[in-house]
Amino acid sequence: MPVERVEGHLTGRTPEEVEDEVRKGVLLTTLDRAVSWARKQSMWPATFGLACCAIEMMSAGAGRYDLSRWGMELFRASPRQADLMIVAGRVSQKMAPVLRRVYDQMPEPKWVVSMGVCASAGGMFTNYAIVQGVDTIVPVDIYVPGCPPKPEMLMFGILKLQEKVRTTGTIR
Amino acid sequence: MNAEELAARIREGFRDVLLARDEVIVVVGRDELVDALVRLRDQPDLSFGFLSSITATDHPGREPRFWVVYELRSVEHVHRLRLKVGLPDDDPLVPSVTPLFPTSNWHEREVWDLFGIVFDGHPDLDRILLPDDWEGHPLRKDEELGGVGTQYHGAFIPPVDERSMP
Amino acid sequence: MAIGHEPGVGEEMSQARDELRRRRPEVRDHVTGEVRQETMIINMGPQHPSTHGVLRLLLELDGETVIRCKPIVGYLHTGIEKNTEYRTWVQGVAYVTRADYLSPFFNELAYCLSVERLLGIEAPPRAQVLRVLLCELNRIASHLVWVATGGMELGAVSVMLYGFRERELIIDIFEAVTGLRMNHAYIRPGGVIMDLPPDGARRIAKFLDTMPARIDDYERLLNDNPIWLERNVGVGMLSAEDALAFGVTGPLLRAAGAPVDLRKDEPYSGYETYDFDVPVRTEADSYARYVVRIAEMRESLRIVEQALERLREPGPVMVEDPKVGWPVKLSVGPDGIGNDEAYLHHIMEESMEALIHHFKMVTQGVRVPEGEVYTAVESPRGELGYYVVSANEYRPYRVHIRDPSFVNLQAVPTMVEGGLIADAIAVIASLDPVMGGVDR
Repeated sequence: MPVERVEGHLTGRTPEEVEDEVRKGVLLTTLDRAVSWARKQSMWPATFGLACCAIEMMSAGAGRYDLSRWGMELFRASPRQADLMIVAGRVSQKMAPVLRRVYDQMPEPKWVVSMGVCASAGGMFTNYAIVQGVDTIVPVDIYVPGCPPKPEMLMFGILKLQEKVRTTGTIR
Repeated sequence: MNAEELAARIREGFRDVLLARDEVIVVVGRDELVDALVRLRDQPDLSFGFLSSITATDHPGREPRFWVVYELRSVEHVHRLRLKVGLPDDDPLVPSVTPLFPTSNWHEREVWDLFGIVFDGHPDLDRILLPDDWEGHPLRKDEELGGVGTQYHGAFIPPVDERSMP
Repeated sequence: MAIGHEPGVGEEMSQARDELRRRRPEVRDHVTGEVRQETMIINMGPQHPSTHGVLRLLLELDGETVIRCKPIVGYLHTGIEKNTEYRTWVQGVAYVTRADYLSPFFNELAYCLSVERLLGIEAPPRAQVLRVLLCELNRIASHLVWVATGGMELGAVSVMLYGFRERELIIDIFEAVTGLRMNHAYIRPGGVIMDLPPDGARRIAKFLDTMPARIDDYERLLNDNPIWLERNVGVGMLSAEDALAFGVTGPLLRAAGAPVDLRKDEPYSGYETYDFDVPVRTEADSYARYVVRIAEMRESLRIVEQALERLREPGPVMVEDPKVGWPVKLSVGPDGIGNDEAYLHHIMEESMEALIHHFKMVTQGVRVPEGEVYTAVESPRGELGYYVVSANEYRPYRVHIRDPSFVNLQAVPTMVEGGLIADAIAVIASLDPVMGGVDR
């Protein structure tokens, strides 16, 4: 499966920027890269499976499409110990405040993957009962379409997220 | 008993009995509801002791507006019956059958939640599927479906109930 | 028909519960000397790893013992019933298949049987055999998810991996036959949408060869496992009378001694012609439900084998009537579900009438005469019933789903109160609720 190299601030810089970087210290840059690598390599998802997408998420974590190949060995039940929230399934109006509260309980840095069309945009349920896209409640990093997305699609979305994390420096 | 025999047997005790598509449907008024259920349950050759579901339908503009539908089944004799009660628009009240059938507890809550039909004598008539502070009863025909339109690359598609219907 | 159950099981449980309610913990206030009562109210869920989905339980605890339990549902309410009123009859299949998402074929089957009864038609025999075959495979897949998640909730984490491994075998068959892993929209009013692919029968035969040994593995792992026995035997007792009073059906009722199975009592889709047994136990506890479900998996394999035999003769899979049947011949190709080339050529190049007919059937669909029916099938969780009302239009007037999990959850307080909080997890696991069906 090809992995895209996303342009980050460690490639394609002007000479002035390079000077700036050198001034900030080579050690800091390397530390930044190391921290970003560690973050993406060991993300622990919080269990937020709601409906049919949850079953595909469980399949993705099970034996055949093993998510622990990319460090997601554990699905942590407590949001305080998790850094990734995969919103898998349709979010009803009654569940929306719970979703927000779980997101708030997660410590920084945290990311959100919206799995399935119901979480991304309301899906086929454009009605009174379903929140039309969880990005109205929480900030979303990656949207994975599908009804439900195959585990391979979810894995592709997670790998894209890992690239995004790897190339986002946070120390400076 | 098959459907014809059952219909003939039920007609001995009830006025309004229909037989359609191999199903027996009994229509009673709301004051006779509890008595009818007790009779259907206690007579040994009927023994409708299992209540499968309670639901409702809304026909705005017709009289009666609401129909509350009880699906009954007999475990001993393996036959089914549908009991319907018609309710007017301005007074959607029907006695609760929770003392007879404990299973009706959540069914009646759901019908109250989605239709606004009040079940008199229910121990705990709260909303069950929608949030507690929701206003309105969504499955009534005069409530809209809700939902938002979709905008994509300059094209706009309105929500489902505003599109041209087949 | 006599319903057998342990005499006095219900009374013993209620006596124990009353005793517990009377005997409150005695804590004397050190100043006034009065007895203080202390119980704890704990909220479990809706986001919880062990509540099988978005179920919320309000528990009142006396130490570790549950005194009162109140399940709160509605966190997955999707408005499926209202949505079907705004879509055509065939589009309704795509909606209802997502209600109880672990048994999509059963939802589709009950809905399509209702629509076919309203239309007064019957699906062709080959379509009925395909329906039975896929439904029984779905039953096995659903029970595998139950044993996987139930085992994980009780601490047997490796059972989760084994359960999903076997389920992947079945999902491969579903993907080859219907094009999708879940939520298939394969069974439609009038029949099924596609026939088996050329290698479909071979795949299913291969699965039938592998599966019995895997079920033996589960039994070898769990049947005499001391931890599994400790956590399940005697836990969550529900007598057959209580079950019937609460409207509970399915493996819970059969584990309590009542041999109620809609496939035998009110057969549909040709079930009366298949040779299978209905496993029944009398202990009425969580372990009995486990034994019943494992036995049901074996019986389903028997039915799949018989169905596969009948598929040797070819035949139509959709009803012939052009006003009802879906107009195209679909098949699963390398890039998904696709149309038949010859049919595409016909409607695009040859016949304008065929194009117009295709367009009308796909966008408008079938017009169903006025009436109402209630059809019930035996889903892996119990009696799944569809009450469908039509007003002589191109879309339903009212579709109500009588979901077994919704009704089975009413029995949770009876089973949980008086036991330990850890047993509450075992009870919910043995109930196998699917919240998509509960909340619809």
